[in-house]
Amino acid sequence: MATPETIVNEWDPDALDTDEMILQMGPQHPATHGVLRVELRTDGEIVKAARPHIGYLHRCFEKHCENVDYNGVMPYADRMDYCAAMGNTLGFALAVEKLHGIQVSPYVDTVRVIMAELQRIASHTVAVGTYTMDIGAFTPFLYLLRDREKILDLFEWTCGARLLYNYNWVGGVSHDLPEGFVRATRDLLREFDSVTYPELLDLIIHNRIFVRRLSHVGVCSPEIAISHDLTGPNLRGSGIARDLRKDEPYCGYENYDFEVCVGKGQYGPVGSCFDRNWVRVVEMRESSKILHQALDRLEKMERTDVHEKVPKRVKPPKGEVYFRSEAPRGQLGYYVVSDGNVNPYRVKVKSPCFTAMSAFHHLAKGMMIADIIALIGSFDIVLGEIDR
Amino acid sequence: MGDTSEIKGLIHNRFGDGLVFTSADQVINWSRKNSIWFMTFGLACCAIEMMATGASRYDTERFGIMPRGTPRQTDLMIVAGTVTLKMATRIKRLYAQMPEPKYVLSMGSCANNGGPYWKHGYHVLKGVDEIVPVDVYVPGCPPRPEALLYGLLKLQEKIQEDRVTRKRGYTVGSLAGARLDGASDRAAGK
Amino acid sequence: MDAKAIHETLVAQFGDKITGAALEAASPFAVVATDAIAEVAAFCKASPALAFDNLMCLSGVDYPKEAPPRMEVVYHLYSYTHLHTFALKVQVPRESPAVPTVEKTWGVANWHEREAWDLLGIAFTGHSDPRRILLPDDWEGHPLRKDWQDPEYYNGLHVKPTQGMMERALAGEQIGVGPFDFTPKNAHVDEA
Repeated sequence: MATPETIVNEWDPDALDTDEMILQMGPQHPATHGVLRVELRTDGEIVKAARPHIGYLHRCFEKHCENVDYNGVMPYADRMDYCAAMGNTLGFALAVEKLHGIQVSPYVDTVRVIMAELQRIASHTVAVGTYTMDIGAFTPFLYLLRDREKILDLFEWTCGARLLYNYNWVGGVSHDLPEGFVRATRDLLREFDSVTYPELLDLIIHNRIFVRRLSHVGVCSPEIAISHDLTGPNLRGSGIARDLRKDEPYCGYENYDFEVCVGKGQYGPVGSCFDRNWVRVVEMRESSKILHQALDRLEKMERTDVHEKVPKRVKPPKGEVYFRSEAPRGQLGYYVVSDGNVNPYRVKVKSPCFTAMSAFHHLAKGMMIADIIALIGSFDIVLGEIDR
Repeated sequence: MGDTSEIKGLIHNRFGDGLVFTSADQVINWSRKNSIWFMTFGLACCAIEMMATGASRYDTERFGIMPRGTPRQTDLMIVAGTVTLKMATRIKRLYAQMPEPKYVLSMGSCANNGGPYWKHGYHVLKGVDEIVPVDVYVPGCPPRPEALLYGLLKLQEKIQEDRVTRKRGYTVGSLAGARLDGASDRAAGK
Repeated sequence: MDAKAIHETLVAQFGDKITGAALEAASPFAVVATDAIAEVAAFCKASPALAFDNLMCLSGVDYPKEAPPRMEVVYHLYSYTHLHTFALKVQVPRESPAVPTVEKTWGVANWHEREAWDLLGIAFTGHSDPRRILLPDDWEGHPLRKDWQDPEYYNGLHVKPTQGMMERALAGEQIGVGPFDFTPKNAHVDEA
C-alpha cells in the first residue's frame, strides 16, 4: 500500500493554476448526508483533490461516557449512528457484558438478533433511498421510506420509540416482545420478500441509469480497503468476504444460515459504488432470511424474563476490553476501560464511517463533482457516528 | 378586522357566493402560510425524522411545505439537530442569506436548549436561539413527525397573525415578536 | 495464533523493546517502548506469521492518577489472513506526550492520530497532517484530558452551561403546559 501523499501543499490558494479553483461543498448541503464539508480543488468539473472536514457534529460522546454510569451511556450511544440505533446499544451492551462476565439467556439473544436485523433492513432502506435521491431518483426514496415506517411501527409497539430506543441494556433488553409481535413481523417480512425487494431490484439494481452512473465510479481496491479499515458493506463491495457475524459470532449468530454478500463487479470493476450499493440491497434479503429463522427459533424457545440478568448497579471489575460488532455500516468497535466505578473510565468508539472517510481523498482524485456525491453516498456515512 | 363590520351589514348576502371580502393582510398572510418553503437544515437525528415527515406517510407537501436546498429560496429554516460551536458561524451565515420574511423553527431538544448534551457537551451550543431568533420550538428527542407537523401548523397560525400592511413600526417575520427595547433573558446574561 | 504465541514472536524479534504484557485480559496486549513502535508496527504488518494488515482502532487514554501518571496509546490490530487479534500499548508522560506515527503502515492511522492529538494532546512525530480533526482550528486545549475545565465562552458563545440554563433545564417538569393548550397570543397583536 503506497504511503499517503502529503496533501498539505495542494491547499495553498496561491499555488493554484489559473483555471483551478477551491470549492467548498457543505457543511449545509442536500446531498452530503449530514454536516460534512468537502473541500474540492477542481479544474472545471474534474476534481484534482478532495479533502473532507468533519467535526460539525462533535457532541462529546466520550466525555459524556466518563460522567454518567454505564446504563446512562445507552441513550448517548443511540444518538451516534442515529439511522441504526439498535446496533450501537447492542455493541456497547455486549462490550460491558464481556467485561462484567454476564451471559444472557438464548431468548434475550434471539430478541436482540431480531431487533438488530430489523434495524439493519431499516438502515439500509434509508441508505439506499437517500443514495438514489442523490443520484436523482425520487421514487425509490418514497417507496423505501414507506416500508421503513412499517418497521418503525414494530419498534414503537415494542419499546415506545421510533428512532432512538435505549433498547439494549447491559444484561438484557428494556422491553419484552409484545403479544402478536411474531405474527406482525411475519406479515411484514412476507410483504418485504414479495413486494418491496423485487420492486427495489426493478427500480434500482436493474436500472440502466444507475448502472451507467455508478459502475465505474469510486473503485476501491482491496489494499486501500484493508489499509484504511473499510468494513461492512464497504469492504464486502471490494470483494473481501468478511462478516463479523460469521467470523466472530455473538448473540447466537452461529445458529443462523445466511450468506455473506460480496460485490461481484457485474457491470464494471469490483469495488465500485455500484458494488457497495448492491451489497446493501442483497444484505436486506439476507436479513429477512435471518429474521425468518429467528422467529422460528423464538416460537420454540422458552421465554425468560428479559431483566433477569440486568445487574442492579453495573460495576464491572477493573479492566479493559475491545469488542466489535457488525453494525449496518460496518464494524462498530467499543474500547471500554473500567476502573471499578459506576462510571466508565474511558470509552472510545471506533466508528465504521470514520475510517471509511479516511480513504476518501484517495478515491476522489480525477472524478467529476457529480461523482463525488455518488462516492459519499456509497460509503453510507452518518455524521453522528463520524463525529461522535 | 373590526372595521369591516358596518360595511358587511350593507352588502351581506346581496351578491351570492362569488364575492369574497377580506383584508389585504389576511389574504397575503394566507398565501404565505400555505406555501412555506423550508431549507433542509438537518444536522443530526432530527433530520431523519424531518425526512420521515416529508416522506410518504406524514406528508408535508399537502400543506404546501416543501424542502429547498438553498437558503436563498426559502422562508423557513428548520434547525433539526444539535448545533455545535463549529457549526454556529455557518448557521448565522445561512440565516443571513435567507430573504425576508423569514422564520426559524427549532426542532428537537438539542436545538431548543442543548438537549441531552447540555451538561457535559463542551462543543454543543446550548440552544440555537443564542445565535438566531426562533419562532417555534418543537420539543422531543426526536419529536415525532406529528409533533413537527403540529409545530409547522403553529407557525402557520403565527404567520396568519403577521402585520404586513396594518401597523408601521413592526417588521414581518421572526423579529415580529421581539421587544422593541431589545430586552431579553439572554441579554440579561441568564 | 493465540496471544501467547504472538507475544513470543514479538519478544523474539524485539527483545527488551517489549516491556510488558497482559495476556490473560479480555483483550490481550503487549506494552512496547515508545521509540520502537513504528518498527514494531511495520514488523507486525510485514511478518507472514503475524500479518496484522488492519489497524482496528487507535485510542488515547489519560491516566493522571496512576503511578506513574501517564497517557497511553492503544493499538488494536487484526489480521485478515490469519483472523487473529492483538493489542499493543505505548506509554508516554503527560507533559508533552510524543509518539512516532504509524501512518505509513496503516493508512487509517492518519485520522485516528489526528483525533488523539485533537482530544488528548498526544503529538505524533512524523505525521503528515497534524491538524485538529473534530474541534475547530482555533480551539484551545484538549478536552478529553481528565483535568479539562469547560471555558466560559468560545468566540462569544456560551460553552459552560450557565446557572440560568441549569435552573431552566431542571425546572422543566414544573412548567405544566400540556400539548393541547392553546398558544398564548403574541403580545403585539393584543394591542390592536
